[in-house]
Amino acid sequence: MTNLTFRKGLIDGIPIALGYLSVSFSFGILCAKGGMRILGAILISLTNLTSAGQLAGVGIIFALGSLSEMALAQLVINLRYALMSVSLSQKADDTFNTLRRMIVSFGVTDEIYAVASSQKGLINPKYMYGLMLLPIVGWTSGTALGAIAGDILPADIVSALGIALYAMFIAIVLPPATEHKGVLVCALISAAISCILAYVPIFSFISGGFAIIICAIVAAVIAAILFPVKDEESEASEND
Amino acid sequence: MTDGKLLLYIAVMAGVTYLVRMLPFVIFRKKITSPFIKSVLYYMPYAVLTAMTIPAVFTSAGGDMNGIIASLAGVVIAVLLAIKKSSLVTVAAAACVAVYVVGKVLTLI
Repeated sequence: MTNLTFRKGLIDGIPIALGYLSVSFSFGILCAKGGMRILGAILISLTNLTSAGQLAGVGIIFALGSLSEMALAQLVINLRYALMSVSLSQKADDTFNTLRRMIVSFGVTDEIYAVASSQKGLINPKYMYGLMLLPIVGWTSGTALGAIAGDILPADIVSALGIALYAMFIAIVLPPATEHKGVLVCALISAAISCILAYVPIFSFISGGFAIIICAIVAAVIAAILFPVKDEESEASEND
Repeated sequence: MTDGKLLLYIAVMAGVTYLVRMLPFVIFRKKITSPFIKSVLYYMPYAVLTAMTIPAVFTSAGGDMNGIIASLAGVVIAVLLAIKKSSLVTVAAAACVAVYVVGKVLTLI
């Protein structure tokens, strides 16, 4: 008998949900600052459940980018979830039929994946439903609170909260960059290309969404060639 | 923007994001073995997050001189705390406070 019950999933999801609440709060503020309807911001968080993809997505929406640009940006930015889904499918027990796989795959985020894959043995659908539930609630309600707060808070406070999401990205990238040369080189290349695309006038026709795609592919490919990741390293990072 | 247009954007966004997660889980039953592909996928999130942060973070509190200085203060605090491996929430909150305080001081000068 497995100890991975729905209840254990719920409990394991609490810290993830609390973290999501604060991250999505700043996403909600960002949406409100850009003039998006509160309901639109909530709908995005409820249906996407991802930070970097949503941030790039609203950037494309505000810039009135094309739908193909939106699709390509989401594909590239969220490609890591494909790897996590492949990995998680190896841990799925026999009770995972196609429908259950389709439901559980909606909840594949960096954090949910990390917690699920760190469990001993196989995982079952009930545990995964429990694990997904509170993070989804936290992510969506945080967005709602942020979007509402963005409408009613004074401008200087909203302006100061605008850095929250970026600060969190810094906190995700810097620690591994100080320990892993490949990550550091990858980040430096990406930053350099990003600045060139943003500031050199001849590249001004490239929109923000495509700029991220270019940075992601060029930097990741160069880093992968210069610093191939050994199996143990990629396994370890998946459990971060 | 009309609600219809916004819904269309959201549908494309959510649809692609879901397919990226769902298709591999449902279809793939074998592990990726190519070390190169695995390496690219390993590095990609860091490249994405960095490109999204730089240079946008430097004008996150506004594009005028005061906004840029306040943003820089937030970046410095975020970098210092991140290197010390503070939690994500701590780093974010401290950066916000730094931006707010420096922004307030600048308006007084």
